[in-house]
Amino acid sequence: MKSLKKLLSLSLVCVLAVSALVGCGGKKGGGNSDTYKIGGIGPTTGEAAIYGTAVSNAAKLAVDEINAAGGIDGKKIEFDFQDDQNDTEKAVNAYNTLKDWGMQILMGTVTTQPCVEVAGKTAADNMFQLTPSASSTDVIVNDNAFQVCFTDPNQGLVSADYIADNALAKKVAIIYDSSSVYSSGIEEQFVKEAAVKGLEIVANEAFTTDSKTDFSTQLQKAQDGGAELLFLPIYYTEASIILTQANTMGFKPVFFGVDGMDGILGVENFDTSLAEGVMLLTPFAADAEDEATQNFVKAYQDAYGEVPNQFAADAYDAIYIIKAAIEKTGVKPDLSAGEMGDALKSVMSELSIDGVTGKSMTWDEQGAVSKSPMAVVIENGAYKAMQ
Amino acid sequence: MSFISYLINGISLGSIYAIIALGYTMVYGIAKMLNFAHGDVIMIGCYVVFTTVTGLGLNPYLSILLSVIVCTVLGVVIEKIAYKPLRKAPPLAVLITAIGVSYFLQNFALLIFGADTKSFTSVIPMNNIKLAGDKLVISGVAMVTVCICIVIMLALMTFIKRTKAGQAMLAVSEDKDAAQLMGVNVNGTISLTFAIGSGLAAIAGVLLCSAYPTLTPYTGSMPGIKAFTAAVFGGIGSIPGAFIGGILLGIIEILGKAYISSQLSDAIVFAVLIIVLLVRPTGILGKAVHEKV
Repeated sequence: MKSLKKLLSLSLVCVLAVSALVGCGGKKGGGNSDTYKIGGIGPTTGEAAIYGTAVSNAAKLAVDEINAAGGIDGKKIEFDFQDDQNDTEKAVNAYNTLKDWGMQILMGTVTTQPCVEVAGKTAADNMFQLTPSASSTDVIVNDNAFQVCFTDPNQGLVSADYIADNALAKKVAIIYDSSSVYSSGIEEQFVKEAAVKGLEIVANEAFTTDSKTDFSTQLQKAQDGGAELLFLPIYYTEASIILTQANTMGFKPVFFGVDGMDGILGVENFDTSLAEGVMLLTPFAADAEDEATQNFVKAYQDAYGEVPNQFAADAYDAIYIIKAAIEKTGVKPDLSAGEMGDALKSVMSELSIDGVTGKSMTWDEQGAVSKSPMAVVIENGAYKAMQ
Repeated sequence: MSFISYLINGISLGSIYAIIALGYTMVYGIAKMLNFAHGDVIMIGCYVVFTTVTGLGLNPYLSILLSVIVCTVLGVVIEKIAYKPLRKAPPLAVLITAIGVSYFLQNFALLIFGADTKSFTSVIPMNNIKLAGDKLVISGVAMVTVCICIVIMLALMTFIKRTKAGQAMLAVSEDKDAAQLMGVNVNGTISLTFAIGSGLAAIAGVLLCSAYPTLTPYTGSMPGIKAFTAAVFGGIGSIPGAFIGGILLGIIEILGKAYISSQLSDAIVFAVLIIVLLVRPTGILGKAVHEKV
């Protein structure tokens, strides 16, 4: 037994010594690299895996396209995507892993909570950060961070406007996740804007991560209040339960979601007829007829065998936005992450990008994007743009 | 009318908690350990039903039977590998092992079945009943759940009272060493307890996923914790206690959500738990056991 312990401690010492040597050999933040090193972080496993996988796939697609066309000013892009399982701690670990790899620009993270955490780290490193889909305003408090998607308040605002302007309903009920920054951020702004627009909120009900299986009570209250429309600023996993339970109860309002609803048709074995008529506000519809969208959808389908969702589209745009920013500044890949961050963040407000998630996207000083959203409705098991 | 509807939902949710709580309480009563992996055995049971029904097109009843068998075997294997070697270890070590097994099962499911949410089609062929001009809908799953829960509880109580194996369980729960001296096969009895508890977990899983139709590797963990609370609430170690605790917990949760605040429902549930434990530290039906000196 004693010799075993000795052996163990000896081997630990060896491991330590070796890792110290490795540390000496490592380089910090790119240094003399000849390629642009872009990192990505998001959940490719775990509950939000659909989002991270879509982002990772689409970003790789965009990077391959750019590299095949000769790179950025002759320099290739290297891309590495790390899984964070939608967990803040794992996201920070992933960030550190990517930094060790030599990441100069971060395209991520995909989901809000981990992104807020990672944004604190990128601010300290002055690393340029562009998140495809983390939509809280907390993500872009620092001047090095930018978004491709709408901010949460903006989604709430636009949803309320859309419902009121198109006279979809007068009496509205909300079910939201009070334990999520994303969901409560949208809810807050929606309630404010609904008051301005004269929508009556007959039930505003919450749930938390710890009680997200039973929604019968919230639905009952919405039904008792006579809601004509149920606003669901939540992710698709919970939304799929709500749709099933509402169906059991015989409650049939208009269901209106935001970008988190995207993915509901991808839930394995979900009865998609329940989602028929569900509306959601999203900047991307795969059946849009413009050339850019068509090309992207085709390339994505050829590569991965499925129709890209909005997260994929955001990530695809993100890579092209980074490319445009690099071209605008003319930064070379041999800069450190911090130097590159200084250059890139200064030109973001000057860019105007046509992407698959919007035409002439621009950014304000805050880092929030300005583009117009599109409403889609689920018809015959597919997203269809609403006129 | 809404009140009745809330009450029915509460009883239905509570019955699921109760069936899970029965598993917790039996294992605690007999092996004196908290099997935190119980919730994850439920999840494995759900995946067995999901894959066999959706993937292989098996008859739902056969798949439930298969799921019960898989869970029973799993429960016994977990006990043999993870808990039995620790029979003489301090309770804390066993508790940590149980948490470890729980994480192992979650990650195992993550690896095998992937992280995507699966939508579970209800395997309960009972139709919803509509009363009072469609104002009141009682779901078929809710009725089946309540009935199964009562049947299981009564069957378990009879089993323990009337059979030799049941008597052996009682003996082991009172005093392991004395039971051994009297010729009771202690290890066998504990294995049997795990087998029954895990078999119940499979049934609870089918009902849980039929009522709340999503399935992820984390499906079992929160209901597991709530059911554990229910078991403590009713008096851990007591079978009718687990039943009453489960039902009350479900009703308090739903009514709290309906009439106080949907955001505070869990806070209300646990506040009630704290009050009950302050007044009756052993839970509603728990027996005070005096430490023998």
